[in-house]
Amino acid sequence: MTAVDPPLAMLAELTHRCPLRCPYCSNPLELSRASTELDTETWKRVLGEAAALGVLQVHFSGGEPLVRRDLADLVRHAAEVGLYGNLITSGINLDAGRLAELVEVGLEHVQLSFQDADTRSGDRIAGLPGSQEAKRRAARLVREAGLPLTVNAVVHRQNLDRLGEIIELAVALGADRLEVAHVQYYGWALRNRAALLPSREQLDAATAAVEAARKRLAGVLVIDYVLPDYYAHRPKACMGGWGRRFLNVTPAGKVLPCHAAETLTDLDFPTVAEASLSDIWYRSSAFERFRGTDWMPEPCRSCERREIDWGGCRCQAFALTGDAARTDPACALSLDRELLVGARADADETPPDFVYRQYSATSRRSPELVSLAE
Amino acid sequence: MTAEPRLPVEGDAVLRFAPHTRFRFDEVRQAWIVLAPERLMLPDEQAVEILQLIDGKRAVDNVIDELAGRYDAPRDVIAGDVVKMLQDLVDKKVLRL
Repeated sequence: MTAVDPPLAMLAELTHRCPLRCPYCSNPLELSRASTELDTETWKRVLGEAAALGVLQVHFSGGEPLVRRDLADLVRHAAEVGLYGNLITSGINLDAGRLAELVEVGLEHVQLSFQDADTRSGDRIAGLPGSQEAKRRAARLVREAGLPLTVNAVVHRQNLDRLGEIIELAVALGADRLEVAHVQYYGWALRNRAALLPSREQLDAATAAVEAARKRLAGVLVIDYVLPDYYAHRPKACMGGWGRRFLNVTPAGKVLPCHAAETLTDLDFPTVAEASLSDIWYRSSAFERFRGTDWMPEPCRSCERREIDWGGCRCQAFALTGDAARTDPACALSLDRELLVGARADADETPPDFVYRQYSATSRRSPELVSLAE
Repeated sequence: MTAEPRLPVEGDAVLRFAPHTRFRFDEVRQAWIVLAPERLMLPDEQAVEILQLIDGKRAVDNVIDELAGRYDAPRDVIAGDVVKMLQDLVDKKVLRL
């Protein structure tokens, strides 16, 4: 076992509340209610522990982090302990006053999501009328405030044909960066896979559009883009490898090696109430479970790429095979490859309706409206 | 279309770190780091030496002269490496002209 390095970045999921209902939301199927969220003082302690542990960047995310009234307090505290603060937002209800407050307390960067370049389609995918216009407004505010702007576009079968327009939108909004993220299929997205998985033809056209735009827009717009697992031969080093670079804290305080890891139902993830981030990072069984290469089955164990892709995504392996310790089926060498390749066939059929993200029926026993802080 | 042309790094260009980009020493790792939007870089020793000369005052030519003097190495070899690295960082919007 080689020495474990400190984490580079932390995703702070402040809440699962969100005005949008995207059918590929990366939050778990069982969403946390406001009453279970960590309070301000606990988050401040966690931010301090993160900085001491060696975390360099904190991504304030959700749900929609703007629904937390204490967001500016947390951004200020992050800056005070030396963390580089990034806000990952839908932009809905971002106003000039709120943004000025966040800039004042040390926010460094905003990543703003767009669901499409087309207004009607964007609103439909987000499940909220008027969202596209609100996002355009939010982008203007971010640029006027002098903050760097990254546009994040999750792409799939129902918007991939407009990737060229999404790139133009990012340029027109004055974004410095465009992150094109193919949907990853677990949780909500797996439930909606038949509606979201693109065809090979769509993907090839989109990839060509990105390559052409990168040349044309060098120095203007940085485009981050990776091929999706369903059409790749080798898996991604998910989060740079389990427990190697990244940790995630959920709204209720669970500490995970990636934002989807709660889908791994046979692992017990510690909470920030039970242990310090340092203890969790270096000593918890959950972080040790898939760290390094000792846990690997064949064909990973003897593969020359084992320390490049680290066996791929544990959540995808579990979602498709029921065993998180299998080789990621995104790898062409996986014995379970057919589970992933087989899904491609559906991409030519008429897509089914979305199952929008929502709170589950069981958690509806104590009704609560999704509300946005002013 | 509001795209501007690519900014070429030339000898007389004066570079600085872009706003909201931090080049600092990290006590936990005992190493220099670059923090930027959606980017986090751990520069190696040579890259640190170059970046330490990016101060918003020196021209790229002066940076190259300084490094060539330090290493007693052929200037054109150093110039090639330095310009390549700086152009990449300008393209990534970590540095600005």
